Amino acid sequence: MKIKPLQIIAHIILILGVLLMVVPIWISFASSSHDSVTILTEGMKFHIGDQLARNYNEVLNEKGGWSEEVTAAKMFINSFIMALGIATLKVAISAMSAYALVYYRFKLAVPIFWLIFITLLVPLEVRIFPSYKIVSDLGLTNSYTGLILPLVASATATFFFRQFYKTIPDELLESAKLDGANGWSFFIDFLVPLSKTMIAAMFIFMFVYGYSQYLWPLIMTTAEEYWTVVMGMKIIYTESYEGVALPRTAERFAYIILSMIPPVLVVVFLQKWFIKGLIQTEK
Amino acid sequence: MSFLDLKNVTKIYPNGTKAVHETSLSIDEGEFMVFVGPSGCGKSTLLRMVAGLEDITEGDINLDGKLMNEVDPSERDVAMVFQNYALYPHMNVYNNLAYGLKNRGIDKETIEQKVNDAAKLLQISDYLQRKPSMLSGGQRQRVAMGRAIVRNPKIFLFDEPLSNLDAKLRIQMRLEIKKLQQKVGVTSIFVTHDQVEAMTLADRLAVINNGIIEQLGTPIEIYDNPKSLFVAGFIGSPQMNFLDGNLKNKTLSAEGFEIKDINSDFEGEVTLGIRPEHLSQSENGLISLRVELVEQLGSDNLVYGQLKNKKDFCYRCPGNQTIEKGSNLSLNIDNNKYYIFDKSTGKRVN
Ligand SMILES: Nc1ncnc2c1ncn2[C@@H]1O[C@H](COP(=O)(O)OP(=O)(O)O)[C@@H](O)[C@H]1O
Ligand SMILES: [Mg+2]
Repeated sequence: MKIKPLQIIAHIILILGVLLMVVPIWISFASSSHDSVTILTEGMKFHIGDQLARNYNEVLNEKGGWSEEVTAAKMFINSFIMALGIATLKVAISAMSAYALVYYRFKLAVPIFWLIFITLLVPLEVRIFPSYKIVSDLGLTNSYTGLILPLVASATATFFFRQFYKTIPDELLESAKLDGANGWSFFIDFLVPLSKTMIAAMFIFMFVYGYSQYLWPLIMTTAEEYWTVVMGMKIIYTESYEGVALPRTAERFAYIILSMIPPVLVVVFLQKWFIKGLIQTEK
Repeated sequence: MSFLDLKNVTKIYPNGTKAVHETSLSIDEGEFMVFVGPSGCGKSTLLRMVAGLEDITEGDINLDGKLMNEVDPSERDVAMVFQNYALYPHMNVYNNLAYGLKNRGIDKETIEQKVNDAAKLLQISDYLQRKPSMLSGGQRQRVAMGRAIVRNPKIFLFDEPLSNLDAKLRIQMRLEIKKLQQKVGVTSIFVTHDQVEAMTLADRLAVINNGIIEQLGTPIEIYDNPKSLFVAGFIGSPQMNFLDGNLKNKTLSAEGFEIKDINSDFEGEVTLGIRPEHLSQSENGLISLRVELVEQLGSDNLVYGQLKNKKDFCYRCPGNQTIEKGSNLSLNIDNNKYYIFDKSTGKRVN
């Protein structure tokens, strides 16, 4: 096989791209295995040090926060629950609303779709005060429901599901109807299995979206037991340590590495579904 | 009241297209009815109203003694085979067949038995575990039929199910559909734009044009006795020859010849229709044809040429006759087998 210059260039670009993605993660990981003092004095590390177990143990189990009550593990769990809730509900609600928009031909379907689409222009950050007011009036501050609920409507996912459903031939619905399917069973027996690639992809995006929320949980939660990962990144380990104001850099790196695990797990878990759908089109 | 009754059924689409005009039709139990007509004439619309996939703008549809107008398609107990089959892409063949039964709450063993019976009948038993994407066109066609048969519906509806197949398979499946329908005995409506398909399949056929049933009858009745210019031109292959003429005092003067003692009192401009197969060569024949092209089909020859007035004309003769290009044939019409139509209305007058 002859290797063409173009291929070499292409591969160099790809390898550079990979390095660009991987090196920072590796540096974070390597740095998380040293002593904070070493990092502070010598800079970030490329090789693994001897403090790995100690740092990770400390991050996972040490109680932090002002009240010294919340652990990093708890924050991971909080974020995981929040992200899972957001992703699941977002996917379910968008798929169903797209179903209604595409298959139930009522007069207002198109205006309603555009109305939903316009909400893209008002993300949560823009409407954060009214949203907070509503959630707090409902008494949902400091609860998982309050963390999740205001974020579960997604114009983006609705749009993608709508576009996908529109490519499904009408005959499929007609044929299913003649086979005795009702509106609900057509959704469950046809649209859901046919769009499982889509669902997996949307779930991953929405999970990462939920997992990386910062402003909303910051405003929503006063109780530390509801703190989330990104909040923790800022708040935890900034306070002074036994009277000496030493930033605990190594622990922060360990925290960062650990915080990446839940989304990675979701991707790994869903990728089989995702890839299978990509290579084997069923339409 | 017969098994399926359409009474003054009209369909006007929301955009104002009038696809079906006050159509009335009765179909008996077990009958194989074919709707035939050119593309866009409203065949599919009529069929889809029977299925419940389109609302009925006006008129009534009764199936097995029950008014269907407001009945949901899922409750009508009809099965339809679509042009592109509309198989369920994510289900294997077994589940494609079983889905309708599951929705009716039939128990697992019965479903299995019914699916296996239908699969055997259609010779698809070997593919039950395959997805539709792994089947050939003919096999998909069979699965689509199986899905209809397995439910044992009141009526089968076919919307041009053979048009996606290649010519050979089309003829083979045509035969199989006919055999199958005779075996199962289910009332069927088959929609096609192909008149050969229509003639071979139908117990009775309805020739549709512009949303109106132009003629209803057995294939032979319609072939022998077309009631309008449209039907005459649509049914029969090669197409009937049409010549302009004038009818007066029971005498037809066409271009270059006359026919006397015509059985009609009509007077005025007419169109004379003669089927290519209703001609034979004879000395001093009425029609003189200058041969331009001969298609040898083996059993038959199709002779294309022009009359004296440059009008295109076709003559069909047995394949054992040799006909030279460029020669002049003298033809007579067999046994008064000609058709005369009022030129302005297209109605048959003889
Ligand atoms: N959904 C629709 N909306 C508006 N007009 C339609 C629709 N479906 C079909 N038509 C029109 O109705 C007429 C009959 O269509 P159809 O029944 O599909 O014809 P056929 O099946 O005989 O080819 C055509 O003129 C077609 O353009
Ligand atoms: Mg059609």
